[in-house]
Amino acid sequence: MKRIFLILAVTALMAGCGSTTNLDEVPVVDKTGTSVLPPGADGSGSAVGKGDVTSVDVGASSQNAAIVGGPRVVYFDYDSYVIKPEFQSLIEVHARYLKADKSRKVAIEGHTDERGGREYNLALGQKRAEAVRSALGLLGVVDSQVEAVSFGKEKPAVQGSDEAAMAKNRRAEIRYK
Amino acid sequence: MQMMKKRILLCLLVGMACLPVLAQFRVEVSGVGLTQLPIAVSAFRGQDSAPQKIAAIVQADLERSGQFRGVDTVGAALDEGTRPDVALWRQKGADSLVTGSVSRLADGRYDVRFRLWDVVRGQDLGGQSYAVTQADLRLSAHRIADFIYEKLTGDKGAFSTRITYVTKAAQRYQLWVADADGENAQPALASPEPIISPAWSPNGSQIAYVSFESRKPVVYTHDVATGKRRLIANFRGSNSAPAWSPDGRTLAVTLSRDGGSQLYAIDAGGGEPRRLAQNSSIDTEPVYAPDGKNIYFVSDRGGAPQIYRMPATGGGAERVTFTGTYNISPAISPDGRWLAYISRVSGAFKLHVLELASGAVTAITDTTADESPSFAPNSRLIVYATQSQGREALMTATVDGKLKARLTGQNGDIREPGWGPFQKQ
Repeated sequence: MKRIFLILAVTALMAGCGSTTNLDEVPVVDKTGTSVLPPGADGSGSAVGKGDVTSVDVGASSQNAAIVGGPRVVYFDYDSYVIKPEFQSLIEVHARYLKADKSRKVAIEGHTDERGGREYNLALGQKRAEAVRSALGLLGVVDSQVEAVSFGKEKPAVQGSDEAAMAKNRRAEIRYK
Repeated sequence: MQMMKKRILLCLLVGMACLPVLAQFRVEVSGVGLTQLPIAVSAFRGQDSAPQKIAAIVQADLERSGQFRGVDTVGAALDEGTRPDVALWRQKGADSLVTGSVSRLADGRYDVRFRLWDVVRGQDLGGQSYAVTQADLRLSAHRIADFIYEKLTGDKGAFSTRITYVTKAAQRYQLWVADADGENAQPALASPEPIISPAWSPNGSQIAYVSFESRKPVVYTHDVATGKRRLIANFRGSNSAPAWSPDGRTLAVTLSRDGGSQLYAIDAGGGEPRRLAQNSSIDTEPVYAPDGKNIYFVSDRGGAPQIYRMPATGGGAERVTFTGTYNISPAISPDGRWLAYISRVSGAFKLHVLELASGAVTAITDTTADESPSFAPNSRLIVYATQSQGREALMTATVDGKLKARLTGQNGDIREPGWGPFQKQ
């Protein structure tokens, strides 16, 4: 039996982390190619008689380099997609930056707290991400610069089930690509 | 539900010794009026020198179905050639008896044989033999359980099927393919990013799922035997909630490419999505009815998430769930009779089953964080994820909720179960 492990190793060099980052700095992303490794030494069968299972490893993921200094997270109330007034200035900072450099692209990543189903939370996180995208759009940011995506409840910012933890997890993060 | 509840930790006895953890499982019986067939599964002659305890696997399968109650065999080892003393087994309270043997063949494979007896009538109900590799010993035990289940209940057994699930340990996510009892798990995919919503293709060769490996949700199909993956939906925005049409040709998915989470159909080989509905609400978690004519899905178009049904090619939707203000994650039994879903009740998320013909709803569980129900291909059991003792765990429940069992076979957090189809023999 032949086992193929697909190792996709993507390394990202963190460029200019920290709150004093120069806005013009461009992140250096070094992507290595895919390599196909020979079957593992463990030749012990996974033969199940009804079709073997070949394992795939997608390796390490790329990491975000902080490009724009300062806050980039918008927090939401429970079951809400309304951007609270205190986050308006944060969104304006990013809007100004994106309008000044139309080559920059940004992902708005929506998140929820841990309550409820994974797929439904994915849809709820999407609503939060799209609320931020709309707010940027109202400030004149070109739609093609902004992609709204969701992680649902899969990537909490903090662990814990108390309200303080859950409030930190109901969020949309602005991430520069 | 104020039902009488018993917790029984079943410790299966072979010889005089307790089996290792492998064959232990926790069964919870709630309510009264559960009719179970008493069956004695004797130790198979020769199984002590085989790597799998066939009789214990068979008995655990049968008990997990809710239809059988194991009768203590007090270590008796009877092979398929021995005519049992039926009066003795009747006296022990058994209606049926399973006997058998395991022996090593010259080529290294194992010869597994069994016979099923009706000890009330003193009748031989038949038997089978399998010549299998060591890796297939558990499969042979599940096939024996299928034979017994079908012979005694008239329904097809689903013990020799497979399930998939996701584990999370130290920021490493793995998608597994395991026997229907959760054992014998083999990794299909490993990733540092989440994997959710695995769904078996109708022929059992592929699993569709959502992977976040590219820092956004993207839908793949994954050939289990070869590990070959195909990107099915990687559009702008989020791509999620894949569901196979019964003919295996189409996947329904949720995409946000045109704004909002909306339903689309895509050819299973990939291609341009066809939009199924258009509104400003959340539409997600599509599943096809077994006849392929309708899609059940979740929508908050009425102000709160409820389950709806619409034609599979799109069109007017009708609401299906009316109790409660948060009903998600629909699963339709393959016989088309039941809708399993998760309902929020007083802040707790609980598995419910709705009989589609009557609309009658039954709460199945006492747990508070149930997720992702999936039916066995014979429509008799539901596998679902829940929280148990602070960990994410998988449970099976009978459709009436009277018997639940926790699946073992993995340590750590286990989630996102999907029950595969019947396997070709």
